[in-house]
Amino acid sequence: MDWTVLIAEVLSSTIRMSVPLILACLAGLWSERSGIVDIGLEGKMLAAAFAAASASAFYGSAWIGLFFAIAVSLCFALIHGYASINQRGNQVVSGVAINMLAAGLAVVLGNEWFREGGRTPALPPEGRFMSIDIPGISALYDMPVLGIFAKIVSGHSIITYITVILVPLTAWALARTRFGLRLRAVGENPHAVDTAGISVALLRYKAVIIAGILCGLAGAFISTSLSASFVRDMTAGRGFMALAALIFANWRAWPALYACLLFGFLQASGNYMQGTAIGGVTIPVQFINMLPYVLTVVLLAGFIGKSIPPKASGIPYTKDR
Amino acid sequence: MAVRGDLPGWVDVGLIPLLNLVVALIVAGLVVLIIGENPLEAMWIMLKGAVGSIKGWGYLLYYATNFTFTGLAVAVAFHAGLFNIGGEGQAYIAGVGAAAAGLGLEFLPWPIVIPLAILASVAFGAFWGWVPGVLQAKRGSHIVITTIMFNFIAASLVGYCINYWFRPVGKMAVESREITGAYIMSFREVARDFFGVRLPSTPLNFTVFLAVIVAIAVWYLLWRTKLGYEIRAFGANPDAAVYAGIKPDRIIMITMAISGGLAGLMAVNEILGVQHRLVLEFAGGAGFVGIAVALMGRSHPVGVVLAAMLFGLLYQGGSELSFAKPEINRDMIVVIQGLVILFMGALEYAFRPWLEALFFRAED
Repeated sequence: MDWTVLIAEVLSSTIRMSVPLILACLAGLWSERSGIVDIGLEGKMLAAAFAAASASAFYGSAWIGLFFAIAVSLCFALIHGYASINQRGNQVVSGVAINMLAAGLAVVLGNEWFREGGRTPALPPEGRFMSIDIPGISALYDMPVLGIFAKIVSGHSIITYITVILVPLTAWALARTRFGLRLRAVGENPHAVDTAGISVALLRYKAVIIAGILCGLAGAFISTSLSASFVRDMTAGRGFMALAALIFANWRAWPALYACLLFGFLQASGNYMQGTAIGGVTIPVQFINMLPYVLTVVLLAGFIGKSIPPKASGIPYTKDR
Repeated sequence: MAVRGDLPGWVDVGLIPLLNLVVALIVAGLVVLIIGENPLEAMWIMLKGAVGSIKGWGYLLYYATNFTFTGLAVAVAFHAGLFNIGGEGQAYIAGVGAAAAGLGLEFLPWPIVIPLAILASVAFGAFWGWVPGVLQAKRGSHIVITTIMFNFIAASLVGYCINYWFRPVGKMAVESREITGAYIMSFREVARDFFGVRLPSTPLNFTVFLAVIVAIAVWYLLWRTKLGYEIRAFGANPDAAVYAGIKPDRIIMITMAISGGLAGLMAVNEILGVQHRLVLEFAGGAGFVGIAVALMGRSHPVGVVLAAMLFGLLYQGGSELSFAKPEINRDMIVVIQGLVILFMGALEYAFRPWLEALFFRAED
């Protein structure tokens, strides 16, 4: 294969693999910046992926699928919010529960609705978010360097382009808006925010809701854009990889984008490198697969840089004194 | 776990878990209703399938063996205030130890090789728990995140080991060759070969006794030894424990190693006792069931064993149910599991104010 074609393909695939990671990572960012640890990204995405594929199969529209994906993801987010904000429960335990609930419910309901052992039927093109070519960009395809670039940035689904906007939006909202500043304050020092007369619970609920919407987008992307149906456990650990990326990015939006692109690149190149040798040495695909997690552990251990979570994350807020 | 409020002990240990279980089952029943089946009938099929026959009991106890190990692993870590989500990965890595010892030492007679293979499982599992412990103690990385990452690393690593080391040349299936040296016999094989009695085919094997012994050993460790006291003291109040001369780093590392070793014992049941070869994904989520079991069993070995049997019942009953009613998928158990974790773990205080009101009104 021509190497330029290969590069274009791997990088284009990198973007596709990164989109759910970025969305889930931003979801985690919003949630954890407000002090709510979210292990349940995986479950919310899985539930959303199932909802999107099912609703799209019933109604024949990817947009209705997306609507249901966000709605279902929101329900799970609110359960997590209720457990961690109102009940002051253990947020990690609640996340684990949400992951299991989502995994189980998707298969049980899918099995009942479609009778294909938890699969949903293959979606027709109108039931999916298909790739959109940027108008006029095909003229660039034959140009030397620009052509590769054009092939990489064009031909993605609408969710991908939405994701591209969401990163700067998140960075701006957290750094520049009143809401964002308060949200970050609540993740660092909820007592101070409470003293200022702002509701800690309300802010945290808003963060949890944003996380739910983002996970809904991510799930819909996985089942109606990346593939054409729902299969069990199809999120395949992306929620946890996003969590890893979040740590890698030190809970910041722009670095989160880069971390997710890096992990997406590892996933994409893992798919392409299956069985190929570099310089006579075959790198087992398993090592590429585990690299994001190994990197995260190394980073967490403080061997490369230091990553500092929001101070109050994971600690239920009690209004005392 | 510390006793909160002034509710009598049996409420904490018995009534609240029971109440949470009932609520979880009611919610699961609603799901069954949505599917259009009768929840009570479904429950009856599950019960009958699990405890209505010798075969059912065999499977129940086989599942319970796995869940006892993983449940104890989570429970021991809970006592030190640590949340070990890595039982799955620890069990998985332990499988490599079991297979390596079982295959590498098969020239030895079985009374030697089986204990060695069990030790290898424990050692490998303990190592995979110890590393996150070290990282927490020495480098301050959070145990929850590290153990999650270690689950994924384990999955890739074991896949690699089977593919490149254990798989015989020319074999298509991704699995090792049969482990003949460290072969723990199932009850069915013993009954057939030594007594000429036919038992229904179940995977129940002698590891079930090991589970009981280990549960007792964990109780002894936690409540009758100095180390156990230190673990519980550290978990109850880390700051006070430091003033009592307990070294936090040491406790974290030792507890995580013990926890990993306990999870690793699952490989003994699954690899040496049932599969007799190293296969992909043999842990099958049992590591996560351990979380539900430990929460349900209130982190006490007796509770863990009972909760493990309860989940064994749900797992066995669940498969019978999915045979009898294909509309209800086997994954219904995962839903129940999730609900139990939600109500027992995350919403554990939800019923407390209500119960407190009830009790104190009764006393007045």
